[in-house]
Amino acid sequence: MNKKRFVTFFIPVLAILLGLIVGAIIMIISGYDPIVGYTQLWEGIFGDPYVIGETVRQITPYILSGLAVAFAFKTGLFNIGVEGQLIVGWFAAVWVGLSFELPAVIHIPLAVLAAGIAGSLWAFIPGILKARLGVNEVVVTIMLNYVALHVTNALIRGIAGKDTTDRIAETASLRIPFFEEITMYSRMHGGIFIAIIAVIIIYFILQKTKLGYELKSVGFNQDASKYAGMNVSRNIVISMVISGFLAGLAGAMEGLGTFEYAATKTGTTGIGFDGIAVAVLGANHPIGVVFGAILFGGLKYGSLNMPNPPAQIPSEMITVIIAIIIFFVASGYLFQWLYEKFSKKKGVK
Amino acid sequence: MDYVIEMLNITKVFGNFIANDNITLQLKKGEIHALLGENGAGKSTLMNVLFGLYQPDGGEIKVKGKKVKITDPNVANDLGIGMVHQHFMLVDTFNVTENIILGKEPTRGGKVNIKEAAKEIKRLSNLYGLDVDPYAMVEDISVGMQQRVEILKTLYRGAEILIFDEPTAALTPQEITELMEIMKRLVKEGKSIILITHKLKEIMEVADRVTVIRRGKGLKTLNVSDTNPTELASLMVGRDVIFSMEKKPAEPKEPVLKVKNLVVKDYRGTEKVNRLNLEIHRGEILGIAGVDGNGQTELIEVITGLRKAESGTIELNGKNITNLKPRKVTESGLGHIPQDRHRHGLVLNFTVGENVALQTYYKKPFSKMGILNHKAIYSKARELIKQYDIRTQSEYTPARALSGGNQQKIIIGREIERDPDLLIAAQPTRGLDVGAIEFIHKRLIEQRDNGKAVLLVSFELDEVMNVSDRIAVIFEGQIIDIVDPKETNEEELGLLMAGQKIQRKHKTKAGEKQSPTVKEGEKIE
Repeated sequence: MNKKRFVTFFIPVLAILLGLIVGAIIMIISGYDPIVGYTQLWEGIFGDPYVIGETVRQITPYILSGLAVAFAFKTGLFNIGVEGQLIVGWFAAVWVGLSFELPAVIHIPLAVLAAGIAGSLWAFIPGILKARLGVNEVVVTIMLNYVALHVTNALIRGIAGKDTTDRIAETASLRIPFFEEITMYSRMHGGIFIAIIAVIIIYFILQKTKLGYELKSVGFNQDASKYAGMNVSRNIVISMVISGFLAGLAGAMEGLGTFEYAATKTGTTGIGFDGIAVAVLGANHPIGVVFGAILFGGLKYGSLNMPNPPAQIPSEMITVIIAIIIFFVASGYLFQWLYEKFSKKKGVK
Repeated sequence: MDYVIEMLNITKVFGNFIANDNITLQLKKGEIHALLGENGAGKSTLMNVLFGLYQPDGGEIKVKGKKVKITDPNVANDLGIGMVHQHFMLVDTFNVTENIILGKEPTRGGKVNIKEAAKEIKRLSNLYGLDVDPYAMVEDISVGMQQRVEILKTLYRGAEILIFDEPTAALTPQEITELMEIMKRLVKEGKSIILITHKLKEIMEVADRVTVIRRGKGLKTLNVSDTNPTELASLMVGRDVIFSMEKKPAEPKEPVLKVKNLVVKDYRGTEKVNRLNLEIHRGEILGIAGVDGNGQTELIEVITGLRKAESGTIELNGKNITNLKPRKVTESGLGHIPQDRHRHGLVLNFTVGENVALQTYYKKPFSKMGILNHKAIYSKARELIKQYDIRTQSEYTPARALSGGNQQKIIIGREIERDPDLLIAAQPTRGLDVGAIEFIHKRLIEQRDNGKAVLLVSFELDEVMNVSDRIAVIFEGQIIDIVDPKETNEEELGLLMAGQKIQRKHKTKAGEKQSPTVKEGEKIE
């Protein structure tokens, strides 16, 4: 048992190391200094309180979008619509943040809840289509991403009369003065607590509840679930709705925390799509997703420091290096395989 | 020197587990050599070593006296070793020829030469009496025919040595007889065969020699003419095995299940169950015999609520359960050991414990106000593991990691534990070894002796005749006759299963004893 735990910890670490080594080789070939490059990456993540705050800010929505993908995946669904659910969640949060005057204790939960519900409704559509008519959720969720993008753009223009809404009321903001002070006024906000609570709740649902048992059962084997008397269609819808709720919360992080407004967008935010990578990195496990989000968010934000002198590594190169690191971690089973092969040979001798 | 294959002192280790421990298997030219062992004894491992899928950790392989190293299946093919897999590897939407040449297409100028290939296949088919139409679509031909396509596949690739992996698992009795003929024909034409099986009857019928392995060790190689099923069984299991189940005469009481004029249609609108009538009483085991595809599956699915009935009624314990949801049916007193345990019986990625709770997870004590009680679930699992001798590392092991027999024991334990008034057992011993079969049959008879009803559906005539108190023969969606296992024989059942009703002298006598609601003789033709 202990050996197994060691392996699950050891393999990702090894994968990250290998990714860094290959990244370094690419930097050397292209004429850049990998030591300087990685030093700047490190400083971009942990260098001072400000970047630490910003890194946490970047990680926060990743935890939720990754969790949304992972939860759906655990129950056998591929929710590529996290992006769209996030966008409608963002919009709903900002709308509630703008339109009401309430004390913060009510205003914040209401705005967060609105984001979650908006995401749920957006995910309900592919869920019900899949459950009732067997329509593939991948196609529907992808298309709904575009619908979400353009509908919210139109709504923002319609309501605000311009491409950016006003700032949300103070009472709806997730920012915490204490965080701002200790992180040299970064945009780090209290949403990280919401993300952590969501992780705990999802973990609890999947591991400890009847609902989680049913959802997993349906995800693994629909026929056996049906035979055991579970309502497969209902479970598909519930799974999508919960996944959409988490995606909507990720939108609230942006709308109520990072930006405090909504703006029209020319394209998707990427947070929802990156959530797929985060879920894969975290092996679709709620706790794993947190680590996936830390790795992904950290690299993503920290690498912004790499184009600065003296490293001066172009951002395209950085994208390649990050992709390689992610690739190595995601192909962890390859290492597992190598490890098993290696240890077996040793065992026989 | 007249051995075509010698596997000498083969050892194969997985981690700490020794799958093959110093096994020696020598195949003579032109013989059928059976490889006998329980599930998990190491038969498949040994054959995978021969076929190049595993590399042995010790020992050597000789083909026609020459030492060889079989690094992958292609090498095995080149050496003339072909394998007929238990699970066919065919493309349904291709025709026979296309399937056979797949991966070894004869081409002329970049174009696949189907005609040439079909001619060759026809020739081989005639030579070995396989009777396969090269242009038939695989999805349209029977399971037995598909198997012959698999055989042709190896012959087409020039195989001299054929490995048959549990070849009769999916076949009807008639198809089994045909297969035996084909195997005899193959060796007559100079091929050599290794037959992997745990069915003693088949070995006695076709094999020349038999090698028994138990728990990874090669025990003995015997001439089939010098041995008998009892000896083989005790060698294989390591203790004496009872073949025909000792059981008290049945004491049938009031009916538990009443099926009246049941009609079930498939998605094409064909009547798979056609005005079927059936009654099962407390304290009896009713066996349903029939060739696969005569409505057995549909009948079970309708009773268990997985499929809708077109018309007719099903009563369980006097309560109408027609077209109720599966859970409502289960709660009315039905237990079900499904035919396909991987598809319907288990969630393979769940642990043994989670699978034990699969039917009752939502009820106390396993679940309270939506929260699962893992402690209760796993303590129940430990109880069943002990009681049903489920061999598993622990109750936290995924069901996937268990052998077929032990997976089946999880299901049987789970269903019997719920104490259902009617237990439907569909092919409960398919693919299991004699030890597990004996165990399962005992449990079924125990249920009966406790005053419960058991509905046993099986394609194995031996099983139906051994265990049942009454045998209902199903043909084209109707029960065409009900016979007493003590007064019938395989031939009669075989004829009935083929739809040929015969007049028996004792018919009226047997008829009186049986349920009068069964309408007999409605089937004309």
